[in-house]
Amino acid sequence: MPYIPHTEDDVQAMLAAIGADSIEDLFDEIPAHLKAGQLKALPEGLSEMEATALMAARARQDAGALCFIGAGAYEHHIPAAVWEIATRGEFYTAYTPYQAEASQGTLQTIYEYQTLMARLTGMDASNASVYDGASGLSEAVLMALRANRKSKSRRVLVPRSVNPRYRQATDAICSNQDVELVEVVFDAASGLTTPAALAAHAGDDFAALVIQQPNFFGGLEDVHALTDWAHANNMLVIAVVNPTSLALLTPPGEWGEQGADIVVGEGQPLGVPLSSGGPYFGFMCCRQQYIRQMPGRIIGRTVDLEGKPGFTLTLQAREQHIRRSKATSNICTNQGLAMTAATIYASLLGPDGLEAVAAHCHANTRTLVAKLTAIDGVSEVFSAPVFHEAVLRLPRPAAEVLAALAEKNILGGYDLGRDYPELADCVLVCATETRVESDLQAYAKALQEVLA
Amino acid sequence: MSGKSIDQQLIFELSRPGRRASAQAPKALPQQALANIPATLRRKQKPGLPEVSELQVVRHYTNLSTRNFAIDKQFYPLGSCTMKYNPRGANRAAMLPGFLGRHPLAPESHSQGFLACMYELQEFLKDVTGMQGVSLTPMAGAQGEFAGVAMIRAYHEARQDDGRTEILIPEAAHGTNPATAVMCGYKVREVPVNRDGDVDLEALKAACGPQTAGLMMTNPSTCGVFERQIDAIAKTVHGAGGLLYYDGANLNAILGKVRPGDMGFDVIHMNLHKTFATPHGGGGPGSGPVGVSERLKPFLPTPIVGKDGEQYRWLDTDDLPQSIGHLSAFMGNAGVLLRAYFYARVLGREGMIRVGEYSTLAANYLLKRLQAIGCTAAYPERRASHEFLLTFASEARELGVTAMDIAKRLLDYNQHAPTTYFPLLVPECFLIEPTETETKETLDEFIDAMEKILAEARENPEMLKGAPYTQPVRRLDDVKAARELDLVWKAPR
Ligand SMILES: Cc1ncc(COP(=O)(O)O)c(C=O)c1O
Repeated sequence: MPYIPHTEDDVQAMLAAIGADSIEDLFDEIPAHLKAGQLKALPEGLSEMEATALMAARARQDAGALCFIGAGAYEHHIPAAVWEIATRGEFYTAYTPYQAEASQGTLQTIYEYQTLMARLTGMDASNASVYDGASGLSEAVLMALRANRKSKSRRVLVPRSVNPRYRQATDAICSNQDVELVEVVFDAASGLTTPAALAAHAGDDFAALVIQQPNFFGGLEDVHALTDWAHANNMLVIAVVNPTSLALLTPPGEWGEQGADIVVGEGQPLGVPLSSGGPYFGFMCCRQQYIRQMPGRIIGRTVDLEGKPGFTLTLQAREQHIRRSKATSNICTNQGLAMTAATIYASLLGPDGLEAVAAHCHANTRTLVAKLTAIDGVSEVFSAPVFHEAVLRLPRPAAEVLAALAEKNILGGYDLGRDYPELADCVLVCATETRVESDLQAYAKALQEVLA
Repeated sequence: MSGKSIDQQLIFELSRPGRRASAQAPKALPQQALANIPATLRRKQKPGLPEVSELQVVRHYTNLSTRNFAIDKQFYPLGSCTMKYNPRGANRAAMLPGFLGRHPLAPESHSQGFLACMYELQEFLKDVTGMQGVSLTPMAGAQGEFAGVAMIRAYHEARQDDGRTEILIPEAAHGTNPATAVMCGYKVREVPVNRDGDVDLEALKAACGPQTAGLMMTNPSTCGVFERQIDAIAKTVHGAGGLLYYDGANLNAILGKVRPGDMGFDVIHMNLHKTFATPHGGGGPGSGPVGVSERLKPFLPTPIVGKDGEQYRWLDTDDLPQSIGHLSAFMGNAGVLLRAYFYARVLGREGMIRVGEYSTLAANYLLKRLQAIGCTAAYPERRASHEFLLTFASEARELGVTAMDIAKRLLDYNQHAPTTYFPLLVPECFLIEPTETETKETLDEFIDAMEKILAEARENPEMLKGAPYTQPVRRLDDVKAARELDLVWKAPR
C-alpha cells in the first residue's frame, strides 16, 4: 500500500483496541446510501518508477524552446543552493509556524525576508507573502480602502499600463465588495501614464492610485510626479514593482515627496522558477502606520522566558483564525516555501549581484530591440526608457508571427493584442541575463525568415 | 541579553561590505550600459541586502532549517491540517527541468505535456469528489473558498435572485469560512452546533430563508465527526433556494468512501496540500481546486484545461463568458498540482480508497487509547473521523494546566503538538489528526508521551507551565511581540 505502513497485525491490534470488527465498521455513522461506488476516472496505481517515467516524458515534450516572453514571469539564473536548501525536509514539510518554539527556523527566515523586502522597497514593514503579484494587488486595493481615512470612495485609479492580468484578477476579487477600478489611459507616444491623463480625475474622490514600475510595457513611469499627484489629491499610492529592478531603480519608499504607501509585486524573479505560473509569491510591504490593515502573516522578534531573543507570529488579531468575519483577509496558507527560496536567493546575490542581474537584463533587452528593429517593418512602439521589456510593432498580426516563430522553437514574446486591441500587431519582448548573444542572434534570424 | 550562539545570528549580522558570492551573479557591467535609465529614476543607495559568501548562506539556512519540527523529522498530528508524508518522488517529478522551465504564457503547442497532466488531474478530482466540473486555479484553501462563494453569488445574480445577502456557517467552522463570505460581499450568520457535534438542525431551519445565499460546511466537521444529518441539511438549504458549499479541508477522512457530490453539495474546494500529500513548506504554497455541480459549471474560475480531439487547450473567459474570472496572474500553483498529480497516479483507484480507511483507523485507535489513559473526548459517544477532539477543561480547572501547557510539553517529548484552541466552541481543546502514513509504533509513542504528561500535570503542574525546555527557545512573549513591534531588523548604530 503506497505510503501506508500498516501490517495486517497492526490493523488487527488497532481494531481490537477500538473494539471494531473491521475498518468498514468505523464508517457506521455515515448513511449507507451516501457510500461511494467505484471510482471510474482513476487508473490503477503506478510505482514511483512508472509515475516518474510518465511525467519525465511529459516534461520533455514541453522543453527546449528559447523563451523571450516576460509579461509578469521572468527566467533568471537560480543558484543551485537555493532550492537544494529550500527543499530540505525541515523547511519543505513543516506547517505554518503556530508552535513558535518548534519553528524558529521558519520564523527567523521570515523575519529576515521581511527585513530584506523592506530594504529593497524602502518601506517600513512587510508581511510573510500572499499568493502572487496579481492577487497581491487585490489585497493592496482592499487594504487601501481600509487605510485611507480621507476618502469615502470605493473607487481606485488603475492605469491601463498596469499588467492587465493584475487588473483582471483585482477586479474579479474586489468587485464582490463593490470596489470599482477606474482606468487611466496611457500616452500613445510614450506608453506612460501622464499627469495630463490623471488631470481628468483631479478633485474626484478615489481611495488610491496604482502605479506600476516598470509598467506592463517595460516603460519607466515618472513615479515621483505620479506619487505627488496622488497624495495631493488625498489618494494613497499603491506601488507594483519588479523586485529585480529595485536593485537599480528608486525604491517606492522614496517616490516623490512622501513615498508610496503600500508596495506589492510578484516575487518570482527572486529565485523562483517559471514553473507554469506557480508557486510564486506575492510580496507586500507598507508604511508602519498602516501595519494593522495588512493582510497575512507577520513575524515579530521578541524574547522568551529567559530573555533570549526569538521569533513568533504577531499582530494575529488581523487574521481570520482570530477575527473570523472581521479579518483583514481570508488568507491562511501563503507561499512560504517560495518566499524562503527568495530569501536565500537575495542573500546569495547581495546588492551587487542583484544589480548585475538587473543591468544584464536591461542591456540584453536593449540589444535584442536593436537587432530586431534592424529588420524591415519592425519598430519600437514607445519612446519611454525601459527596464527589461519593450514593445515592438510587426508588419503582420502578432499572433501569426508568434505562431510561426514557435514552430522554429522560439517563443517570441507576448501578443499584446490579447489585451489591447490598438496593439494587435505588437509584441512585448524580454531578454533576461539568461539569454546570451547567440540566443539574441537566433531570434533575429528566425524573425527575419518569418517576415521574409 | 544572554549570549547568542552563532546559529542565531541574522544573515544581516554576517554581512561584511564588499563580500560577494561572485559565482552566483553575472559579471558587473560598466555604468554606461545603464545610460538609458534616467538618473532621477535610479536608486541612490544600494539596497541593504546581505553581503556574504555562498558557504555562509548555505550554512546559515541549513542551520536554521534544523530549528524546525517537520513531518520528515517528527509526528505532526495537527488537526485539520493533514500532515501526512509528502512523497519525495512527487517533488522530483515536479522539479523536472521541462516543468520548471515552462513559461506560464508559452503557447499550447509547447505545453501539451503539462496540459495533459492538468487535464487528467481535473478528471481525477471530479471522480473522487463526484462533482461535474473542476478548476485548478485557486492557490490555497481560502482562495478555493473565495472562488466557491463567488460562484454562488454569480449564480444567484445570473438568475436575478437578488435578495440573497447571507451565508450561513456552523460555529465550529474554520476562520477562513466567515472571512471568505465577507470578501464575497455577504453577511455571515453563524449556526450553533449540538452537544453531539452535529449542526443544530432546528436552528438551521429557523435561520434559512429568502435571504440565504448558501451554507458553508465541512464534513466530517472540524469537531472530528461526520455530520449525520447531511441529507436534511441539504434539503433545508436547497429548499430555501440556497446552495451548499463543502469545505474540503477534511476530505482525507472520506476520500474514496463518500463523495461530496453525492451528499448534495453544489460546490467544494479541496486542499491538495492536505489530502493529496503536497508539502506545506512552512506556511505554503498550497492549492485549492474547486469542484462544482452542473448548474455552477459556467461560473468556474479560469483558465481550465479542455481537450479537442487529441489536443489539449486552455479554456478561458472566451469559452466561459460567465466565469468569475482569473484569481491570479496565471493558472494557479502549477508545481503543487504536479505533485498532487504524481500522488494520484501512484495511489490509483485502490490507493485513494485506502486513504480514508487508514486515516480513520489511525484516528479511532488513537482516540480509544488516549481515552484509556485518562484523556477526555469532546464527543465520547461518536466515532472519530480522520481526526478527533479532546478537551482539557477539567485539567485546567482542577490542576491549572491548560491545553497550551500540554502542547508545549509535547515538544519536549519530540512530538509536534496537535491543533490547539480550535474549534473555539470546545474549551481547552486539542484537535488531533494522525493521518494514514504513521506507523502504529509512532502512535504508541505519542500515547506514551501523553500519559507521562498527564502524570506530570498531577504531580508537578508548575513544571508544565515552563515548557518547553528542550527547544532552541523557551516559551515566547507574544504580548511583547505585539506591543513592541520589531518586524524588520535595524543595524545597531
Ligand atoms: C477546515 C479548514 N478550512 C479551510 C482551511 C484553509 O485552507 P488554506 O490554509 O489552504 O487557505 C483550512 C486550513 O488551514 C482548514 O483547516
